[in-house]
Amino acid sequence: MDRRKFLIGGTALGCSAAASPFVTPVAMAAAPWDARLVVIILRGAMDGLDVIQPYGDPALAGLRPTLFNGNAADLDGYYALHPSFEPLRPLWNTGEFGAVHAVSTPYRDKRSHFDGQDILEAGLPNLTSGGLRDGWLNRMLQVVPGLEPEVAFAIGREQMLVLSGDAPASRWSPDARLTISPNARALLNVVHHDDPLFRDASDEAIAIAEQISLEADLAEETEVMMAQSPMMETVSRGGEHVKIAEFAASRLRADTRIASFSINGWDTHARQSNGMRNVARALTDTILTLKAGLGPAWDKTAVLCLTEFGRTARENGSGGTDHGTGGAMLFAGGALRGGQVIGDWPGLGDGDLYAGRDLLPTRDVRAHVAWVMRGLIGLDQAVLEQAIFPGLELGPNPGLVR
Amino acid sequence: MPFDPTIAAIRFGMGLSPTIAPPVSVADMLARLAGPDTIAAEFPIPTYKDVYPSPLDYLDATRALNAARGTDDEAAADEQRRQVGQDGGEAMLSFVKADLNRAAHTEDGFRERLVRFWADHFTARSTKGINRHLVSPYIEEAIRPFVMGDFAEMLIAVVSSPMMIWSLDQHQSMGPNSRAARNNVKGLNENLARELLELHTLGVGSAYQQTDVRELAELLTGVYANVQEGGVFRPARAEPGAERVLGVEYGGGEVASIEEVNAGLRGIAIHPDTARHLARKLVVHFITPTPDGGLVDAMAARYLEDNGALMGMYGVMLEHETAWAPDALKVKQPFDFIASSIRALGVSRDEIMNAEKGVIRRSIQRPMTVMGQTWQRPVGPDGWPEEEENWITPQGMAGRITWSMQMPRTLLDRLPDPRDFVFTALGPKPPEAVLFAANAAETVSDGVGLVLASAAFQRR
Repeated sequence: MDRRKFLIGGTALGCSAAASPFVTPVAMAAAPWDARLVVIILRGAMDGLDVIQPYGDPALAGLRPTLFNGNAADLDGYYALHPSFEPLRPLWNTGEFGAVHAVSTPYRDKRSHFDGQDILEAGLPNLTSGGLRDGWLNRMLQVVPGLEPEVAFAIGREQMLVLSGDAPASRWSPDARLTISPNARALLNVVHHDDPLFRDASDEAIAIAEQISLEADLAEETEVMMAQSPMMETVSRGGEHVKIAEFAASRLRADTRIASFSINGWDTHARQSNGMRNVARALTDTILTLKAGLGPAWDKTAVLCLTEFGRTARENGSGGTDHGTGGAMLFAGGALRGGQVIGDWPGLGDGDLYAGRDLLPTRDVRAHVAWVMRGLIGLDQAVLEQAIFPGLELGPNPGLVR
Repeated sequence: MPFDPTIAAIRFGMGLSPTIAPPVSVADMLARLAGPDTIAAEFPIPTYKDVYPSPLDYLDATRALNAARGTDDEAAADEQRRQVGQDGGEAMLSFVKADLNRAAHTEDGFRERLVRFWADHFTARSTKGINRHLVSPYIEEAIRPFVMGDFAEMLIAVVSSPMMIWSLDQHQSMGPNSRAARNNVKGLNENLARELLELHTLGVGSAYQQTDVRELAELLTGVYANVQEGGVFRPARAEPGAERVLGVEYGGGEVASIEEVNAGLRGIAIHPDTARHLARKLVVHFITPTPDGGLVDAMAARYLEDNGALMGMYGVMLEHETAWAPDALKVKQPFDFIASSIRALGVSRDEIMNAEKGVIRRSIQRPMTVMGQTWQRPVGPDGWPEEEENWITPQGMAGRITWSMQMPRTLLDRLPDPRDFVFTALGPKPPEAVLFAANAAETVSDGVGLVLASAAFQRR
């Protein structure tokens, strides 16, 4: 059955999940794999040393006299969790939330947000030899022929380089509204009748907008599922990040397999404890919303939270931290082996810091991402090391995927 | 296919206007382009050299704040720095307005189109928050004065512009054997050299090798920028000796100089592959995703004959019959869609000039982002994509339809009658379906919106 004809009827909208413009009546045709991958870009550089605090390292207290204040509760005997991330502790306990520490992209020394994010999203070893054209998630889609655009979704206001490129991907922003009277809508069909590109895009736009504005079944279903989840009691509803997570969950329950969006605000140069509270809230809300909204699909889901670089090991004079190098990748999802902090800890002692100031990265974070993609989707080592992450050595399996 | 004024205005200009007549011939279009840039004089944008706030203004304010820390002056210095940041935002807003006014009120629409085409060809992205408003001044300085001149002069202006230097990391590059490298671990950075060959001149997959990239990167060493001086040449950073790029030797003078670099750029600019790459890009941008090989060859030949002057090549394109084919095969990018709508609606200079910040955000910048084109922030150095599938997506179309239905009435006190507007916007022969819809709409704003949302208006 032609999906678009199915939609043009209009009456089918909102009747069942199958009426979503992204669910083809032919089951599971969109992608040859079933796992879900959510990539969240934490823009501004998350302070991994504050979120996952290595309190077992004797040097930490001296470096961070106010940030390291004993409020963080133990995770595993060496690391402790920032109190604002406590809403995720139940997931830690069930092995659905964890971290990789002392990692970074190959970006070094310049510590610019823009360049750091470009390198993170492009998945390249550097920008010095040019070639900034597409993102690694898009290159992953490029190696699988014949995917439908709805397999991958970039969500939110931000341009997501990580998902940009030649492979088709969908985009949706909570700013995107469609306001059109029923009469004008009928006339628009007439106007676009002979131009298939405009006709199909308009039909889909109208279908999505109706679905969103009418809070059709997928969204309602998300609501119901979230109401049933006790952890959601801590989530403040209505924030934009929650809307984005709800939208992502509704897509991922259907044919979408990859979703990517950003959470901004991690650039905590001053009064970090305040800034961290707000931004941690956004991230914990997002992860809990995804879990609740995904329902059974959560078990097949990997959520990776990546940031452009870490922050200085020492706190600065204004209760914050400055741009650094090594940091942490947070992860969640039933497909991953949480309840652990993975990584080769380099230490925070005098001679241990990178350039005398930053946490030393002991592994390329791209390797962890690549191992997740390999575990979830079964991509070849050569594809990962050459096409998706040029210059990467995959190295030993860190054991992230269940 | 003969010249057609409606096609001239829509395909090669900023669209039709209720008050400005379209061009009457190709000669007319080219004469306007060769004449004075009156619309830029009417709605000025400062060049990088003259812009306030400059990166140096930020630096001075930051230094003043650091000096005042812990003293009674700290609060005032903090306020001053915040003010400079705010002024940057205001400056950017004024540039958006100037661009809209130029597009809406110019009689030389081909020039506006060429400025955006070449600015995209030479995409420079801001690399810091304090540079965010400096893309327009970069375009004003390094692109706009050259669109009717020699390509090599534009290339030289771009390569010496701090925005391009920072955007492609040229300020980090130094000759491995240069004097500056003796005390420094830094070395060659090939980013600018590679993009220059791949994007700006010969084009990807053409007649250059990795050795040409490296040799060009060495030739470019010494090209540098900093906050205090802008773009400068630093002989101490230049790699000693001559470089061989595409089989031609450049440099090797006793003291390295920018002239050696510029000689190299002039040589690359008139390479036959550059001619073909530029010709093809122009045709793809203005006429069709599948260019006629004969047209591209003819344009490239003319460019080489004219030693890299652009006017002759434009003329060959505009004199070709495919330029006037009735089928509109290109889609307006979001800025051009919005700007041409404003032009067709006849929004006045003052209404644009006096619009509040919130109005510009809501009616221009945010909708552009929804349509997939965040103002002056393409994701990579290769600029915005040409393919129509990239723009006419469900979200892009939602943005275009909603803008068409909602924004005209927020920008104008009194909307035009849709029965007239369909001719104002689409010319004397609008498609039957649009004519029908404009007459059948139940409200004036729906009627106007349907015309703007129609494929006939969105295409060119």
